[in-house]
Amino acid sequence: MPVTPSGPQPLDRPSVVLVTGVSRFLGGNLAARLAADPAIERVLGVDTVPPSRDMLRRMGRAEFVRADIRNPLISKVIAGAGVDTVVHAALSASPGSSGGRTAMKEMNVIGTMQLLAACQKAERVRRVVLKSTTAVYGSGSRDPALFDESMTPKDLPSGGYAKDAAEIEGYLRGFARRRPDVGTTVLRFCNYVGPRIDTVMTRYFALPVVPTVLGFDARMQLLHEEDALAVLERAATHDLPGVYNVAADGVLMLSQAIRRAGQVQVPVPSPAVGPVGRLLRGARIVDYSPEQMRFLHFGRVVDTTRLKERFGFAPRWTTVQAFDDYVRGRALRPVLGRARLEAAERTVLRAAKVLG
Amino acid sequence: MVEKNGKGARVPEARVIPLHADDTGGRTRWRLGAGETRPRGRADREPSGRARRSDAGTSSSSSTSRTTTTPRPRPPADDAPPQTPPIAVVPDPEPPAWESALESALRFVRRRLAGDYPVDEFGYDPELAESVIAPVLQPLYQHWFRVETIGMQHVPDSGGALIVANHSGTLPLDALMTIQALHSEHPARRRLRLLGADLMFRLPIVGELARKNGATLACNPDAERLMGSGELVGVFPEGFKGIGKPFADRYKLQRFGRGGFVSAALRTGVPIIPCSIVGAEETYPKIGDVAPLARLLGAPYFPITPTFPLLGPLGLVPLPSKWYIEFGEPIVLDRYTPADAEDPMLVFNLTDQVRETIQHTLYRLLSQRRNVFLG
Repeated sequence: MPVTPSGPQPLDRPSVVLVTGVSRFLGGNLAARLAADPAIERVLGVDTVPPSRDMLRRMGRAEFVRADIRNPLISKVIAGAGVDTVVHAALSASPGSSGGRTAMKEMNVIGTMQLLAACQKAERVRRVVLKSTTAVYGSGSRDPALFDESMTPKDLPSGGYAKDAAEIEGYLRGFARRRPDVGTTVLRFCNYVGPRIDTVMTRYFALPVVPTVLGFDARMQLLHEEDALAVLERAATHDLPGVYNVAADGVLMLSQAIRRAGQVQVPVPSPAVGPVGRLLRGARIVDYSPEQMRFLHFGRVVDTTRLKERFGFAPRWTTVQAFDDYVRGRALRPVLGRARLEAAERTVLRAAKVLG
Repeated sequence: MVEKNGKGARVPEARVIPLHADDTGGRTRWRLGAGETRPRGRADREPSGRARRSDAGTSSSSSTSRTTTTPRPRPPADDAPPQTPPIAVVPDPEPPAWESALESALRFVRRRLAGDYPVDEFGYDPELAESVIAPVLQPLYQHWFRVETIGMQHVPDSGGALIVANHSGTLPLDALMTIQALHSEHPARRRLRLLGADLMFRLPIVGELARKNGATLACNPDAERLMGSGELVGVFPEGFKGIGKPFADRYKLQRFGRGGFVSAALRTGVPIIPCSIVGAEETYPKIGDVAPLARLLGAPYFPITPTFPLLGPLGLVPLPSKWYIEFGEPIVLDRYTPADAEDPMLVFNLTDQVRETIQHTLYRLLSQRRNVFLG
């Protein structure tokens, strides 16, 4: 096998793409986008549960394969269909919707191991794209203001989604060493928002009374769902190996975001944050894991220079625009909306004029 | 050891420098003092300053520009306000001033409540810093500490620079006052972006406000990012060793860390401006330290000042010392390349140079100071 000095052999257009996690928003919509591309011969969507009827219709000619990536059977699917590009978008961040933390960890970590094992044996696989998260950088007071791709977290994530993602990235690095002919792309996404996507963040901001940590204001970067899909699609159809931070331009402070959504912020003293989080989780309102709690303290911002310069993608929505689009799209009922604030301003002015 | 020798030897020397340096400091020296009630101290200092300036007049053109600026800051203007209102009333009697003020205040509040303001990647909130934090600190700056700045012309109007200052005073008021000095007295109203210890960002409220006021973590990536984008960055390399030193050690510079700030400046090629702050040491004289309590609270020290635990919250009122902030001649690093940041000897030498400059300036300013509270 001729090995080019650059390692992976370029694959211009993929012909058979396998997408994991198609019953979720990103996986399903990515499959739909790829299916709409006539240059791609076949699109396979894998998940343990079937996508919604609406999603299936949108996926068009993409085929749904009900399979568990934790099961070695997945290798038969990959080898049988002659898959050349694998997009692993099944990483789950919310234990609630995955049947608890244990099941989520198994799905995330064991599932990825099986999937990569299957890819390693499949001769025709040329490209693996992993949907990861910027949570791998952790979140803390000792962090630099911006993380670039070469930085490692000050404190390794102790659990939850972030730890899963860090482990999975490790497995992918191992895979890349064993299969140098396969181009691997790791996309570290920040939090997504948008009118349609359902994440921990979108549910959090939809609370009428939003609990925050007293005396802390997190810096947040957000990414519009459409931008997230566009990045995944570009990674699946172009030869762009490497690790990339994916986030929109600009920063929103947590307090600022809550104000923009017109919700009411309720600061909770740091020691009480844990119990309040557990209460919300128990009531199945918002599913907050400890690393997301830390995120609410300090937030996290990443450097996206590499995304723009090497990956060749500039997000179309800024953080603020993405957030506003989410607020509009969800038709959140603002408690302290813009209209109400303006009315209050006019009232005060009128009253002052009368008195003066 | 070297430091001790240096200090011991410098005392007679410090008597000499003030005269020589009075012409750099001369401008602002008379400024705020002019309207004050200490003519005697001034009278016996003034002639020497004048004499010095006249024979130094040939030495530099900047000294002439300084003499031209001397009349500007004379404060009679402060006594003038009673005369201005009639002029202001003349043009337009229709909308009273308070109404437009209220209107803009309401607009501001509405924008804040709607989250309609920009924040940068570091969490700096320029609107909050300029419209809320700066006006709150201004009285402290102007009337309580009566800060006098010297050598403001050394701070460039644009482009990156690194201001390195001595740290003192138990609470970092010196950091806030330096921000205030540059914001209110520099012609370009520059914003100083401070580099702070991680402990600060771990504290609730303090950490949040520090970030909103433009501070970020003291680490090389952040420092280089800020300086590289043309910001004015401030750093206190002594850290807690400096700010938490006992009162007996006042104005003795502590160790300057590992010189990380020098390598950051070398990598970005920005000048280093030494900054000496006199007066901050006396705001909260730390005469004792309850180490066990500090450990319990996770703080670097638990200070005892003449007023602090004794008078309770009243002890948090800083003593009204008179402050001087002097910005020194910039140390230009143009002739070095970013690769020189890897040369430890160069980094150490530059660190020492900056440290020595600040220490000398401190001694000089101290020798000129007659009284801690009156200047």
